[in-house]
Amino acid sequence: MLLGEEDYITEDGEFVINMGPQHPSTHGVLRLKVWLDGETIKKVEPHLGYIHRSIEKMSESLSYRQYGYLTSRMDYLSAHINNLACALVVEKALQVEVPARAQAIRIIISELTRIGSHLLWFASAGLDLGGVTPFFYAFREREAINSIMDENCGARLTQNFMVPGGIIYDVRPDFQSRVKEVLKQFKDNFHEYNEILTGNVIFQNRLKDVGILTKEDAIAFGCTGPTARASGLNCDIRKMYPYDGYEKLQFDEVISTGCDSWARYEVRMAEMLQSVRIIEQLIDNIPEGDIVAKTKNVIKLPKGEFYQRVETARGELGVYIVSDGGSTPYRCKYRSPNFANLSAIPHIARGYKIGDLIAIMATIDLIIPDIDR
Amino acid sequence: MISVLNTIRTMTKEELKYSFTQIFPAVTFDESGEFLVAIIPSEELLPVMKELRSKPELYFDYLFCETCIDWKDHLMMVYFLNSKTHNHTLVVKAKITDTLNPQIESVYDIWKTAELNEDEIFDLFGVRFLNHPNLRRLFLEEDWVGFPLRKNYVDEHMIEL
Repeated sequence: MLLGEEDYITEDGEFVINMGPQHPSTHGVLRLKVWLDGETIKKVEPHLGYIHRSIEKMSESLSYRQYGYLTSRMDYLSAHINNLACALVVEKALQVEVPARAQAIRIIISELTRIGSHLLWFASAGLDLGGVTPFFYAFREREAINSIMDENCGARLTQNFMVPGGIIYDVRPDFQSRVKEVLKQFKDNFHEYNEILTGNVIFQNRLKDVGILTKEDAIAFGCTGPTARASGLNCDIRKMYPYDGYEKLQFDEVISTGCDSWARYEVRMAEMLQSVRIIEQLIDNIPEGDIVAKTKNVIKLPKGEFYQRVETARGELGVYIVSDGGSTPYRCKYRSPNFANLSAIPHIARGYKIGDLIAIMATIDLIIPDIDR
Repeated sequence: MISVLNTIRTMTKEELKYSFTQIFPAVTFDESGEFLVAIIPSEELLPVMKELRSKPELYFDYLFCETCIDWKDHLMMVYFLNSKTHNHTLVVKAKITDTLNPQIESVYDIWKTAELNEDEIFDLFGVRFLNHPNLRRLFLEEDWVGFPLRKNYVDEHMIEL
């Protein structure tokens, strides 16, 4: 084995190698320092900060209309939902009533984001575990969703559509028909995903009984989102602490008790269909009316502390604002879902082979900019 | 088993306050926000947290957010606790008065998620966590000078708005 500059062999004969920061399976610049005995993982230590931009510090000098814009650069696959959290916390503090039309559009866009994010996860999980074709299948649908985002929100990736009080623009007149088109395309093609990956025995064997995360560990490490729900933990914020009218909608919280990588795969696949279900309930019933509630030009939050959580594609995002009554946050903390999910990796990877670490990383679905912030 | 099931219920703020004063009488409460906030001195943190985690009627097993606030004359550690069994939420704040050499006990033994969160707080606020398994600068380089999220942090490249 060829060792790099920082790789070495310990006195016990354990290889210490660095996975990353440019490893293809880490989906970004994350470095995992791995202690190996042969192929077996003895210890994993994450090293972060390669794209730390100090978003929390920057937020302290930005107004309440501006600070949300940085969050679409955190978990860029859930950009809308991150913006939504920032908008909701300001609305909660000012006790603003959001118009029904804005709420409906926000939910539709959020759920489209979730489908798009899970599609990218499906594509990259397949790619990490050696299948190239799933990538093209998933990107076919993701491209259609991105086009809707492009037409209505003005950007394909780092959108900034949710603002305090509602949404920034009204959607285009063809929004409903375009969304229905995409949903039909997605549902018609969904069986192909199952045929190429779900039913694939090689893929199943890579995931089954790999990376066991028990329910107790999921709670202790603060795991949320599909990662924790695959360990049998009820943690869907949309159900537990509904926001923006999720309480009026019919959908199931997908729970699995498998605890392994395969369970995490199954939960995400089922979640996409639940998101479709949510959009279908709303798409023909978008109320008419205003798209944004009236707020002052310069927003000043009352003195105090405000916490708002939302369910992003990867779990619970919390925005914690400490206000001193001024026009900028005194302290702004993002409780990021990926940061907590990452902390479980050293624990669950121990004892598995290094190839399994790729499968674990693939199914935990980390987005590195959200960890570094 | 049945007796355990019977005790599963969400406590109101008043009941939480009562239970908390049983553990630590000299507590100050703040009820202005969404959650009940209990403020305690930093020296008392660990025994109080252990009680909050282990008492069956409280059973705060989920630390969902841990952070720090710099109030210039003191630092405030903030712990957001939730019980997955009973589904009640409590915020515990620990006041650190020594801003030059701030230190507090690590809660890693109680909640494993604290490990990386405390690394981050050490990196950005300079709070030393005692009995932490691997305290290190998480985001910044080892030789970085200062703690960026402190209000008195000065960076020569920073642009004043």
